[in-house]
Amino acid sequence: MSSSLKRPPLLIKGNEAIIKGAILAGCKTFFGYPITPASEIAEAAARDFPAAGGTFIQAESETASINMVYGAASAGVRTMTASSGPGISLMQEGVSYLAGSELPAVIVSIVRGGPGLGNIGPEQSDYNQIVRIGGHGNYRNPVLAPATGQEMCDLTIRAFEIADRYRTPVYLMADGFTGQMMEPVSFPDPVPPLPEKEWAVRADAESRENLISSIFLEHDQLEEHNRKLQRKYKEIAANEVMVDDFLVEDATILVVGYGIMSRVLRSAVRAAREDGLKVGLVRPISLWPFPSDHLEALAEKIDRIITFELSNGQMVEDVRLSVHDSVPVHFYGRMGGNVPSAEECLEVIRRYAAEGGK
Amino acid sequence: MAKKLIDYNKYLRLDKFPLIWCPGCGDGIVLKAILRAIDQLGLDQDKVCMVSGIGCSSRTPGYVDFNTLHTTHGRALAFATGVKMARPELHVIVVTGDGDACAIGGNHFIHAARRNIDITVLLYNNWIYGMTGGQASPATPAGDRASTAPFGAIEPNFDIARLAAAAGASFVARETVAKPALMDKLIVKAITRKGFSLVELMTPCPTTYGRRNRMANPVDMVEDLKQRSVSVAKAERLGDELPDNAIVTGVFVDDESRPEYTERYARLVESLGGAPSTTSPVGAK
Repeated sequence: MSSSLKRPPLLIKGNEAIIKGAILAGCKTFFGYPITPASEIAEAAARDFPAAGGTFIQAESETASINMVYGAASAGVRTMTASSGPGISLMQEGVSYLAGSELPAVIVSIVRGGPGLGNIGPEQSDYNQIVRIGGHGNYRNPVLAPATGQEMCDLTIRAFEIADRYRTPVYLMADGFTGQMMEPVSFPDPVPPLPEKEWAVRADAESRENLISSIFLEHDQLEEHNRKLQRKYKEIAANEVMVDDFLVEDATILVVGYGIMSRVLRSAVRAAREDGLKVGLVRPISLWPFPSDHLEALAEKIDRIITFELSNGQMVEDVRLSVHDSVPVHFYGRMGGNVPSAEECLEVIRRYAAEGGK
Repeated sequence: MAKKLIDYNKYLRLDKFPLIWCPGCGDGIVLKAILRAIDQLGLDQDKVCMVSGIGCSSRTPGYVDFNTLHTTHGRALAFATGVKMARPELHVIVVTGDGDACAIGGNHFIHAARRNIDITVLLYNNWIYGMTGGQASPATPAGDRASTAPFGAIEPNFDIARLAAAAGASFVARETVAKPALMDKLIVKAITRKGFSLVELMTPCPTTYGRRNRMANPVDMVEDLKQRSVSVAKAERLGDELPDNAIVTGVFVDDESRPEYTERYARLVESLGGAPSTTSPVGAK
């Protein structure tokens, strides 16, 4: 994405960069409810949306937020919400309806510590809920995982594009660290005016016949609807994988991590290289679709994979599915809001490196 | 008559101190009023069950030595309904806030009041989401600033006491932390009354509300609460002359004739030949 030279970079929180990106993407409506560590997103929307000709409403709950999104998406405008752990849990019914009704929307999750009330520290423990879907039914949802303030902006724009292209809810999932951290962010040009959505409720004679629904009472009808959804998911899986590699060419050990974890791992990889260990980093940017083919191909040339997460080990299952036992896949995780240091990660890498080749 | 001094420590979990509340917060004044009311009633600490959701007010159960339950945001009343039906002999007290009870928990609030189930709700109203840093709540007065209402709230605010009254509560009152002795009295009444009782307790949040609304000094905020207080009786006399920013205090509803839910349910069970529900089948020996 080309950054415009006209606008100097701003030093802002990742959470705020999301709203900058949303406005540049032509998002017209934001509905949200307070929750730490995501509240700055709603606060930035409250501040910036009116002047951009958009709408911000503080909903009475996350259940209300997602259903307001459902309505705005049906009316054909770009729409979004943002929350964290408990709030995202509450939204799952609505996300399933968005998926079933094939409505585009962006849902931001700034993941905190769980389960239950947990705490407001950074975790990646909602991977299962978000990437493996948290609602009912045969759906999938694309999930983008930014690791920098710049990506908070850029991937928000990307999320709106994917949502519209495939008529699907898309998640932007970041840990609380990436949401709260301040970094310089450059802004791309705003997207050109968006075309009307033919299928939407547009308050004119042509769209009067448009039906937005997720109910199919006949078994065969619902099966056909589900088959159509699966064809769409296959297309997304084929086209929308995003992944970032760092020093993987000659690597014998791969470390895998996303979000803030991947940035710690970059430092650990550099330090390991200084030790003479051939370590490379794979950072999935799209968590669904997961870069499975990429990992599978890399697995042919390496001895082992170590997956690092701020969780009890959730993405590691996708890593294992990708390489299906061709190499050992280890896991190292921290929980409770703790982010391991580069030294801590390097220790883990050294320990497994000592086990040698396959 | 000299008042008997109470031993607050008897009711406090001092190992959980210091309190999370900011300097100047009124929640500590409410906490002490609740403890004085319970002490005055001589309630057995084991028979008091305090339930809360999420928010500044909802931290209260963490500091007190009763049966305490810190539950999900907005759901304290649903949770408390479960407790009350399972153990009707408990004094179930819900401590909640304006956001917890009236935004995310608004539906549970009106329906618990409609059922008129014997639960005492002590609602700390500070007009703001304090814990998350000052977002607007359904009680934020129209025109006032919050982090999600940077240009002033354009939504009208709920009159929480009247909302509960309209929904069917049998006891509804409001008081401010500027008058702690009156708070004690109303809390005593609320706990004593059968049915759904609400005391809306106005408490200042200088940190997230005051600072944004030209009132960062907690003493000024308490003084302001006092100045704006108008009794229910006087408010009625004033009619249309009542100032827009008045805080009407006192008893709004005190109606023991409204049937209480657990009692009605016990009668239903009895009429069907079931065991009386005044003791829990789980707890029965």
